[in-house]
Amino acid sequence: MADYTSDEMMTVSAARALRDNVTCFVGIGLPSAAANLARATHAPGLVLIYESGTIGAKPDRLPLSIGDGILAETADAVVSVPEIFNYWLQPGRIDVGFLSAAQIDKYGNINTTVVGGDYTAPKTRLPGAGGAPEIAASCREVIVVVRQTLRSFVERVDFVTSVGYGSGPGTRQRLGLTGAGPLKIITDLGVLEPDPATQEFTLTGLYPGASVQDARDRTGWYLSAAPDLQTLDPPSESELTALRGLTAKGSGKERTSE
Amino acid sequence: MAEIVSLAEAITQAVRDGDTVAMEGFTHLIPFAAGHEVIRQGRRDLTLIRMTPDLIYDQLIGAGCARKLVFSWGGNPGVGSLHRFRDAVEHSWPVPLELEEHSHAGMANRYVAGASGLPFAVLRGYSGTGLMDGAAGGGPLEPSIRSITCPFTGEVLTAVSALNPDVAIIHAQRADTTGNVQLWGITGVQKEAVLAAKRSVVTVEEVVPRLDPRPDAVVLPAWTVSYIAEVPGGSWPSYALGYYDRDNDYYLAWDPIGRDRDTFRHWLDTEILGAPEAARGR
Repeated sequence: MADYTSDEMMTVSAARALRDNVTCFVGIGLPSAAANLARATHAPGLVLIYESGTIGAKPDRLPLSIGDGILAETADAVVSVPEIFNYWLQPGRIDVGFLSAAQIDKYGNINTTVVGGDYTAPKTRLPGAGGAPEIAASCREVIVVVRQTLRSFVERVDFVTSVGYGSGPGTRQRLGLTGAGPLKIITDLGVLEPDPATQEFTLTGLYPGASVQDARDRTGWYLSAAPDLQTLDPPSESELTALRGLTAKGSGKERTSE
Repeated sequence: MAEIVSLAEAITQAVRDGDTVAMEGFTHLIPFAAGHEVIRQGRRDLTLIRMTPDLIYDQLIGAGCARKLVFSWGGNPGVGSLHRFRDAVEHSWPVPLELEEHSHAGMANRYVAGASGLPFAVLRGYSGTGLMDGAAGGGPLEPSIRSITCPFTGEVLTAVSALNPDVAIIHAQRADTTGNVQLWGITGVQKEAVLAAKRSVVTVEEVVPRLDPRPDAVVLPAWTVSYIAEVPGGSWPSYALGYYDRDNDYYLAWDPIGRDRDTFRHWLDTEILGAPEAARGR
């Protein structure tokens, strides 16, 4: 087996979480890399939908933004931004929402707004909501890809930008959120899934070489491990080759000379 | 009816100190040259509206043009932070910046309401978020977000107030000599922004005698637009489909320029204030 980085393992693991022939609303950053890898490997029928209004985009390289020209040029349809949110996302037509986070808590609530201080005088101002709140609310299910650190995995997020399970069982129903919520958090150490009873995220899978203690050391709440904790397969040669091919072709220089 | 003028004249006529200004273009067709002209003309106390502030609002904020920002995602796409935006929020430099913050779905619907002549739009959104509940659960953080009960089903939904900017500024691929505007590819919320605004400025890659019909294009008839200026390259370093690609290297290069106040000031002095409009974007 070739050497690989923990980020590559994470991206491959996230790609594996996407089934073939489903529709996927793709967030910016890590999710876009994983979704494109899935389409290039085991899920050629995966329908990629970006908030820029591109439906069924088929890029052969990683876009830097969610509105790169390659997405519009390869899409089945390009619609306006009001239309992508109102007609396509809001009614619950999209199977999977694929998001990242700056902070995430034990109930899968996501913060991409402010960290530290208070809202009007934050220590760190983050980009804000973008399309994520409604993706998290309305997709049939949500998958989150995020590197696991003590800064990002917190007991309670500083600001709820996008709702996971809120404060636990019953919250989503009370809020009228139509989708099931986050079913997986995929990190650079392994995979977390919500406990069926408490909806607290617990460790259900680890990559080769990672330990439960490693995961606990990088989690701001007491992280339970599932009794049937899985050891996940390392990236295959074909997954790594496909990922590196997408990444190599994704450089800015390559794109400006097309 | 649209007047075809120079970029400098379009901005002089359309944009005044204290105005509410929406410059739209979702990654594609961002009106950079027009934004730079607003900086060059020294407009102040603007309320800037834009779903994705991008580099152009980082530049306007750093140049001290803005009093308030209405937005839904303020980052450098695929790269990281907008450092001038962060410096203004975190340290009030060069001037304090008030924020009015939404989600993309909320902002898009606010433009739809504005274009439709309605006071608000309705959506399923914001439930349980900090923007709706406040950071400490004390009711909506933003006065422009409220709950509303459906009169037919009783379902509780979310209302967002309409956006009706004083002026909308967009970039398009083409206009004809009559002033009809045509844009295609990712067209974002530009049609809604122009129709919601009192005045509008459209920069275009080229003015042609006649627009070739394109089935996938958005067309803004001349009588919906105030001023048109021909500015080839006017959306660089974003892109104009069919004309040039997104300059991803520039988005990466902006990070160190925007990160430091002195580097940014030097960029502002040499690339914008020291450069006449005619010398740029070509």
